[in-house]
Amino acid sequence: MSKIIDGLFYSESHEYVKIEGEFGYVGITDYAQHELGNVVYVDMPEVDDEVEAGQEFGAVESVKAASDLNSPVSGTVVEVNEALDDEPGLVNKDPYANWIIKVQLSDASELDSLMNAEAYKNFIGE
Amino acid sequence: MSEQLKLTCLHDKHVALGALMSPFGGFDMPIQYADIVTEHNAVRNHCGVFDVSHMGEVRVTGADAERFVNHIFTNDIADAPEGKIFYGMMLYPNGGTVDDLLVYKMGHNDFFLVINAANIQKDVDWINGQATGYNVVIDHQSDRYGQLALQGPEAEARLVDTLGLQCADLAFYTFSIVNVNGEDVIVSRTGYTGEDGFEIYAGHDTIRAMWDSLIAAGVQPCGLGCRDTLRFEVGLPLYGDELSQDISPIMAGLGLFVKLDKEEFIGKEAVARQKAEGVARKLVGLELADKAIPRHGYEVVAADDDNHVVGIVTTGYHGISVDKSIAMALVDSQYAALDTPLRVHIRKKFFPATVVKKKFFKKSYKK
Repeated sequence: MSKIIDGLFYSESHEYVKIEGEFGYVGITDYAQHELGNVVYVDMPEVDDEVEAGQEFGAVESVKAASDLNSPVSGTVVEVNEALDDEPGLVNKDPYANWIIKVQLSDASELDSLMNAEAYKNFIGE
Repeated sequence: MSEQLKLTCLHDKHVALGALMSPFGGFDMPIQYADIVTEHNAVRNHCGVFDVSHMGEVRVTGADAERFVNHIFTNDIADAPEGKIFYGMMLYPNGGTVDDLLVYKMGHNDFFLVINAANIQKDVDWINGQATGYNVVIDHQSDRYGQLALQGPEAEARLVDTLGLQCADLAFYTFSIVNVNGEDVIVSRTGYTGEDGFEIYAGHDTIRAMWDSLIAAGVQPCGLGCRDTLRFEVGLPLYGDELSQDISPIMAGLGLFVKLDKEEFIGKEAVARQKAEGVARKLVGLELADKAIPRHGYEVVAADDDNHVVGIVTTGYHGISVDKSIAMALVDSQYAALDTPLRVHIRKKFFPATVVKKKFFKKSYKK
């Protein structure tokens, strides 16, 4: 049973965004980290890069495969989680504490097209 | 999927263990039970058991069996003692590889060939197609055998204590026939992980009973996921990646298993020429400074020119035992020297890489 947190927004490609004011913390869901298996590398953008909702901004690599990261929201990257450079496995340990990028949102209305916790739970069939 | 996937004799047990299943070589095979890292480390540090029943078996007997096997095989089996095993390839006349395989010498003019699952039909057709004029019987026996690979430093203890097979004295690349409840079981000191270990060939019921004993004794079941990471780290080739109809054993750096001093074998002229004149592309090891992972099919480019593709990654991982991003790649020969700086195209970026030896991790065979 995957962990899903109330109050976050979820994408169909299994990213979440946690909103704090005008910022969003983007990471992958517990379901996604479990499907991927041992994460060994997170390919992240750089601070000041622009990301666009639904567009790829990086990748998570497990032993098996590389999986694209798609941003659930548009905006500017204001921080990347550098701890993942040294310890990418943190994504497996707690994917919600270990977000990947922090984005300054350019269009908060985009959140309306994402799923809430209950919808995401149904989406992954749990 | 247009063709029905084949099932090994252990398929129901994999499903019951909750394994992640995926098609490989025409079979529905277990990729992992726990996770690849756990299974990989179990084999490096303790012991793991793999279902490798998907491998194919062909028995070649008859008055010309030795001469025939030597005709289709690159290694030299002439006058070998019974119980010896040889690794080598079958080649096309142009030097391309039909398959890589093991040949077990069962007796005088009696050989047991172990071939890759994905190539079974192609190999059987090929072997039969070469037999004109030879007095041989070619018996395709894949459906008769299941196969287990018991691998790791504790494999010998498990073989003896858990399975009761008294084969601790077997030397590397030799086998014995052991009687188990009236059935002849083949036990060989071979494997595909770079660790000490054994491969066991027997009928389906015996393989199922042995599997159950090993699992009950706490041996880690291991899937094809870690089989690939294990073999890759010690530089062992996988047909389809490092060997193919376009990649000869000379290109793959496996000349040791191609006996050019043999009188003849199919493909000899072509590989002799490659050895004498050099090959256009060679298989090398690559090590990246970054953690990005070079994967099968990614392009390798020159150090100073993104548009100059000099090769392609055949297998790549973040090496579990070496903790580095590493790859095997087929590159133009002028870029194959050790320490040559190259770059690998990973998604949108180019990552610096250096040519290194293909054996990223040291084998621990018991010889």
